[in-house]
Amino acid sequence: MDFLRPASWEEALAAKAEHPTAVPIAGGTDVMVEINFDHRRPEYLLDLNRVGDLYEWEVGEDSVRLGASVPYTTIMERLRAELPGLALASHTVASPQIRNRGGVGGNLGTASPAGDAHPALLAAGAEVEVESVRGSRRIPIDAFYTGVKRNALAADELIKWVHIDRADGPQQFSKVGTRNAMVIAVCAFGLALHPSTRTVRTGIGSAAPTPVRAKAAEEFLNAALEEGGFWDNGKIITPSVAKRFAELCSGACNPIDDVRGTASYRRHAVGVMARRTLTWTWESYRGTAARSEGVA
Amino acid sequence: MPSPTPGFARAGGAPIGTPSKITQGSQTRGGIGESTLRPDGTLKVTGEFAYSSDMWHEDMLWGQILRSTVAHAEIVSIDTSEALKTPGVYAVMTYDDLPTDVKNYGLEIQDTPVLAHGKVRHHGEPVAIVAADHPETARRAAARIRVEYRELPVITDEASATAPDAILVHDNRTDHHIGHVPHPNIVHRQPIIRGDAAEAAKRADVIVRGEYHFGMQDQAFLGPESGLAVPEEDGGVHLYIATQWLHSDLRQIAPVLGLPEEKVRMTLAGVGGAFGGREDLSMQIHACLLALRTGKPVKIVYNRFESFFGHVHRHPARLFYEHGATREGKLTHVKCRIVLDGGAYASASPAVVGNASSLGVGPYNVDDVEIEAIALYTNNPPCGAMRGFGAVQACFAYEAQMDKVAKELGLDPVEFRQLNAMEQGTLMPTGQPVDSPAPVAELLRRVKAMPMPPERQWESSEGADVRQLPGGLSNTTHGEGVVRGVGYAVGIKNVGFSEGFDDYSTAKVRMEVVGGEPVATVHTAMAEVGQGGVTVHAQIARTELGVAQVTIHPANTEVGSAGSTSASRQTYVTGGAVKNSCELVREKVLDIGRRKFGTYHPAWATAELLLEGGKVVTDGGEVLADLVDVLEDEAVEVEAEWRHRPTVPFDLRTGQGDGHVQYSFAAHRAVVEVDTELGLVKVIELACAQDVGKALNPLSVVGQIQGGTLQGMGIAVMEEIMVDPKTAKVRNPSFTDYLLPTILDTPIIPVDVLELADDHAPYGLRGVGEAPTLSSTPAVLAAIRNATGLELNRTPVRPEHLTGQA
Repeated sequence: MDFLRPASWEEALAAKAEHPTAVPIAGGTDVMVEINFDHRRPEYLLDLNRVGDLYEWEVGEDSVRLGASVPYTTIMERLRAELPGLALASHTVASPQIRNRGGVGGNLGTASPAGDAHPALLAAGAEVEVESVRGSRRIPIDAFYTGVKRNALAADELIKWVHIDRADGPQQFSKVGTRNAMVIAVCAFGLALHPSTRTVRTGIGSAAPTPVRAKAAEEFLNAALEEGGFWDNGKIITPSVAKRFAELCSGACNPIDDVRGTASYRRHAVGVMARRTLTWTWESYRGTAARSEGVA
Repeated sequence: MPSPTPGFARAGGAPIGTPSKITQGSQTRGGIGESTLRPDGTLKVTGEFAYSSDMWHEDMLWGQILRSTVAHAEIVSIDTSEALKTPGVYAVMTYDDLPTDVKNYGLEIQDTPVLAHGKVRHHGEPVAIVAADHPETARRAAARIRVEYRELPVITDEASATAPDAILVHDNRTDHHIGHVPHPNIVHRQPIIRGDAAEAAKRADVIVRGEYHFGMQDQAFLGPESGLAVPEEDGGVHLYIATQWLHSDLRQIAPVLGLPEEKVRMTLAGVGGAFGGREDLSMQIHACLLALRTGKPVKIVYNRFESFFGHVHRHPARLFYEHGATREGKLTHVKCRIVLDGGAYASASPAVVGNASSLGVGPYNVDDVEIEAIALYTNNPPCGAMRGFGAVQACFAYEAQMDKVAKELGLDPVEFRQLNAMEQGTLMPTGQPVDSPAPVAELLRRVKAMPMPPERQWESSEGADVRQLPGGLSNTTHGEGVVRGVGYAVGIKNVGFSEGFDDYSTAKVRMEVVGGEPVATVHTAMAEVGQGGVTVHAQIARTELGVAQVTIHPANTEVGSAGSTSASRQTYVTGGAVKNSCELVREKVLDIGRRKFGTYHPAWATAELLLEGGKVVTDGGEVLADLVDVLEDEAVEVEAEWRHRPTVPFDLRTGQGDGHVQYSFAAHRAVVEVDTELGLVKVIELACAQDVGKALNPLSVVGQIQGGTLQGMGIAVMEEIMVDPKTAKVRNPSFTDYLLPTILDTPIIPVDVLELADDHAPYGLRGVGEAPTLSSTPAVLAAIRNATGLELNRTPVRPEHLTGQA
């Protein structure tokens, strides 16, 4: 196994162009596990730890430009206001040590349905900026996940930035694991209210071959909120609407039975999380609750 | 009743409180009853302690084991040629390369092949071994060994094991259990019959039946199996090894190598936890074989994945119970049948059967009982010793039954238990009288009397603190669906090796003057696996010999056997041996003193003399001489064996017999909060009361109780090795999917320690390590049932069980 250590982004792109099978590694949260278990023995490892650009972030007018290697700890501590859903998701990643090393680029690169960042990125609305020696392009998050542990990257491309819309309303993230910390998701759910466009977006993790949005549920809720004038009158969402939204979110799942949980439990739990996160975000939007967001 | 001294401590982020204050007469500091600190504590916490996996030897090779990829198969062929051709490989060995006719090993029954011969019986069975100059080279070479298997149907449960046409896991058994088992796929069967359960059932106003399932738990010690074998010039080998019992290993290793025991030298290496998982051999023989074959030192270290295949686990069990009681709340009878899955090899299964059956009723007074326990041979992973073995599985089931009966009678579950609690003098189902304090009712009273943790602790002015809620940082609830439940349980565990086993220990104690100060050296073969024996031995020597300085000699086979570090026995048995040898040394020292100074003071001849604070003193406290002056240049040394009271085997048909040495009791109260919609559980508090007879080191006692409590909680809510019933393959051999409680899952654990002396034991002490692991699990289950109203007949319970989505 050859270990490539580019000192700059340009060198990294050149190395990836020269060795398209090279596996990029930054925090190593996923890659090191696969190597240690001998599930994967890449010809080349492309170490991105010296590429300083990837650790930068910038808060713009409408969106945040997040470097692929910005650690989850930084997202939790520095970007909580701009990216509340992703900050909550970041706090559920592994242990403090791993959160100090791992970043969103790794989650996107692995594209596991269990990656904690995905539901939050889907709900917030994000674009992944990838680059190769041929140039750069922005892939909408909805088009990024192409199959089980597969993404839309070409062999010579690397993930550089993730552009995430700044929160224009409350966001929430919930994840079920059989342990109260340091656990891989049995299933996860992200929800973002977008009052500026009067829309709601969702993201579901670990309950389908790829991270998915519950589009039918979003459409139903968007219509129900519009119809009832909820965005303006700030009324409590009727239980029947919340219930139907939860059912449609469960319906968006296509889960399997495995050692972490049963398919039917995953459907059930996604429904419960959908109803609860809708309540929390909506109460927050209405501004009636003192604070309905969790603190930790 | 003697006046017990309670002590409190808390875990889960809170500082450890002041342990119980225990008085003792000695003038010597650091003696028994004091919370002296572990000699290895700081090193372990700072990461400087040398564990067995840290060992290094110049010129050493690395060993690697090739394991079976299927659970049950005939081996058609093994081709090692490609592996042997790999540069850097020094040796590849299979069954055919074993040097003698002894090709099996085992704790009680030698049924485990050193390397598979013609057949593999479980997933991950060792088939071949490789030595190479780099661990990666050894791994790659092992992967190049071609093994052709012809798969056989797998035996995975009682029905498939005892079917009329079942394949025998072991052909031609010749062990001493084969004569009394109903089927060759049953390792051992122990019935226990006392009184007449059928007749007594007629007096019952209520009869409650239940079927329970206990999952397979892993010891999950943090230091994986590892050791270093160094060939010696005399043709022997020196093995540095992390184990629980050096001499038991030695007895099994030497015949396979074809060496006399004196040519296999063993030294204990740094042990990173054990919990029963190091009672059986793992890589010991493999490392020695490769070292002797290559003439070079060979080190083997398992990784976590291999460790899941490299040691036995806790027996999963199916348990069927019937309890009867009168309307007034007195138990009339108990019938039970306990089916333990021993997996492919016997390991400790016979002893686990003995414990499960003899302790199957729990700490209750019942005259009419009918018990049967069996262990199966299957193609599942081998199971053997783990903290509380046999008693843990039974306690989970009988405590669930006690709650069910109480509910049926409309009685408080604690009161119902107290009504039936055993006491000193109660007869066990085996007919053996309990002849030391058995404060079962008192332990229950104490946990019930502890203050309850406040309700809704997650509420704060900032909003909900999710760390205090089920789901924790995963942010699944801010209080929605959360219901509190409370549950109680109490258990009984035997201490020491039972059923007629010659359970002795040996201690060599030396006393001499070094640098103008009297110093004692304690040398035993006791495996320090984290239990704190090294701390306690020094305390005993200080108390008995009145010295400040005690050196603990490294444990090895140059001294006689200390027996196993298991069965809560080491403080009792090796502690007893150290005490005994110290007493013999003291007598010799006093003899020297009498010889030198006897004429100076009449008390030398007439008084009871003690060694305290470096001096010979009378029991009245008068100083007769300095130890330095008594000893001068002389060294006094004694090596002696020490035994507790003998036991006898249980009768094979009735189970009657004085089979146990001592019992230990603990009770728990669990307070849980359950998110009833998502099925997530937060254990808020696990209060424990335990009688320890005498706390030799109160801080260690509290540590043992908290650790055991948490290990019991693990199997209640998350820990389980999952085995595919179709293939008998392990599905989750990693810490990614075998979940252990984190500190955020750890509840507050208040501990109340009782000290009611057992007059038969050294200092009145009672083995501590296992009892808290028993009652913790059923207490948590009872609390979850209390919160949810669900029946919950299996452990661990997972979210899908609590939401009807299994």
